Amino acid sequence: MSKLPYEVHSEPVTPLSVLSPEGEVINEAYMPNLTDEQLKEIMYRMVFTRTWDERAVNLGRQGRLGFYAPVSGQEASMVGSEYALNKDDFVCPGYRDMPQIVWHGLPLYQAFLYSRGHQHGGQVPEGVHVLMPQIIIGAQILHATGVAMAFKKKGEKRVAITYTGDGGSSEGDFYEGLNFAGAFKLPVIYVVQNNGYAITTPFAKQTAAQSIAHKALAAGVRGVQVDGMDVLAVIKAVSEAAERGRNGEGATLIEMITYRFRPHSMADDTSKYRTKDEEGEWGLKDPLTRFGKFLEKKGLWTEEDTARVKEEAKATVNENIKKAEATEKMTVGGLIDSMFETTPAHLEAQKADFQ
Amino acid sequence: MAQMNMKEAIRDAMRVELKNDPNVIVFGEDVGKVGGVFRATEGLQGEFGEERVFDTPLAESAIAGMAVGMGIQGFRPVAEIQFVGFIYEALDQMFVQAARMRYRSGGRYNSPIVFRTPFGGGVKAAELHTDSLEGLAIQTPGIKVIVPSNPYDAKGLLVAAIRDNDPVFFMEHLNLYHAFRAEVPEEAYTVEIGKANIVREGADVTIIAYGLMVHTAVKAAEELEKSGVKAEVIDLRTLLPLDIETIVASIQKTNRAIVVQEAQKTSGAAAEIIAQINENAILHLEAPVLRVAGPDTVYPFAQVEDSWLPNVDRIVKAANQVLNF
Repeated sequence: MSKLPYEVHSEPVTPLSVLSPEGEVINEAYMPNLTDEQLKEIMYRMVFTRTWDERAVNLGRQGRLGFYAPVSGQEASMVGSEYALNKDDFVCPGYRDMPQIVWHGLPLYQAFLYSRGHQHGGQVPEGVHVLMPQIIIGAQILHATGVAMAFKKKGEKRVAITYTGDGGSSEGDFYEGLNFAGAFKLPVIYVVQNNGYAITTPFAKQTAAQSIAHKALAAGVRGVQVDGMDVLAVIKAVSEAAERGRNGEGATLIEMITYRFRPHSMADDTSKYRTKDEEGEWGLKDPLTRFGKFLEKKGLWTEEDTARVKEEAKATVNENIKKAEATEKMTVGGLIDSMFETTPAHLEAQKADFQ
Repeated sequence: MAQMNMKEAIRDAMRVELKNDPNVIVFGEDVGKVGGVFRATEGLQGEFGEERVFDTPLAESAIAGMAVGMGIQGFRPVAEIQFVGFIYEALDQMFVQAARMRYRSGGRYNSPIVFRTPFGGGVKAAELHTDSLEGLAIQTPGIKVIVPSNPYDAKGLLVAAIRDNDPVFFMEHLNLYHAFRAEVPEEAYTVEIGKANIVREGADVTIIAYGLMVHTAVKAAEELEKSGVKAEVIDLRTLLPLDIETIVASIQKTNRAIVVQEAQKTSGAAAEIIAQINENAILHLEAPVLRVAGPDTVYPFAQVEDSWLPNVDRIVKAANQVLNF
């Protein structure tokens, strides 16, 4: 059907890929400018993150971690997007985005403490610019908007980045944040990791919009779509968005098309809402395999490297879970004292009941 | 000393703090050029510029959420929610995100934010413009709740709130904005958060109130005096923290109390105050503590507003009930 002259419309977008699933460069023009050492570092971080995820799932089953949202499959979008930032940029994660804040500087044992419900988990060290994972799906979108507003007001060349999923893009806060960022031209990057499912609800039932990236149009911010299983494409898109933010050109919404290989959390059964065929197809796009092939062809990576990093990661995870387990338990008194800068009399009285 | 009404005193509090601290920033819907729908911020943009005092798009959750983000970057946002009924849109950001920032970050970040909002009935405003929602706020851990009753307190409490490193829900009664003028110092000063004020001394019954109801309670005390009853009236000023010490000291003297609130009767501030009286002063009571409050209905349209709200007659009646128990 032809479009009416007064009808608002948009055209389909093609997600940015730099590599083919076989690891061949298919879009040379968008290849990020990275040294061999940097390329190896990115692979190191992705393999480390995959290993950590595998260990975390097991630790969760053993009751040694609390709430944990698996990340396997999303390493390219998580590790790549953080890698594209400066250390003084600010990260406002969604509930699954622990890798970004750890690679941004949160000590790993604190990530485990957070998972175990210890408030010291969130006591981010000075000089590390992150919030802890957000449970209310869209709330962090507004925090990033406020952080970006602060950067703009202070004239600092920093950007805020925030993450949510395809489900999160349906939240009211998502629209309010995007609209504010457009109206105030803020240095903020909104990443939607579209992994196809909001817990179990498939993307087709999430929105009738042409894509999540299109939602940027209505807010007057830039919208792009990226192959979220291709770490080089992710780095390219986030670097560009960060540069725009720093240059005063405003916000970017990045939709990363990705997939989680595991369930949403430790509890849901993927076989009830996904097919083996689908999982198999996405398995072929595994970001570690794809980037690994690219590096192997360049002579930068071998299977032995992967094995070595896995061992290193396992040892580091073990060391950090032990440190978390050895950390003194938080107390109700400590909890009460964290409500206000100075604990008021009524809370002092309540505290006495727990001593 | 200047004579100011409560609205002018509130504006003056923002003015002196915008002047004192470059991190103080004022924003909300229509707060800029026009100075807010009640003109509470009038002239501030002119004096401090659009960088410090600015209009936002119409979205309460984003106003509150942006304040949270700016707060963790060192700003001290004074965010206006245009009318109290609109805070529902911002509840997550105010009562969940801002209020638990200190806890969930293990003390690394805080929310030095003031959420200002007009509230309160008797002005024939539109639906959801006047409700008393302080009960929601005091049920929320991590946020302070202030309800001033006069110009002097309003300025001093707001200055204290802006300087406070925890989030504050600052409720401004619509019927008090222009009700009367009082002497207000032009310089910055603070009124301690969490300290009640005995506005009228008496030995026979304690009337505990806040906001506009302080004035209704004083009128009721004057009425009671005609029959020889000396009522003590306490203006709470802040509902969280609550100054239970002042309340208990008064009850030790009067042995009888009533609590007056505009809000619906069930589970509100009055219920909490009575529970704390029971915990702290039960042996000093000669009668149950009664509540004078709105009925448990939605806040009505203008027609029955005046009879819906607590008035002098109802307060006098409740006081006589506890006196004659």
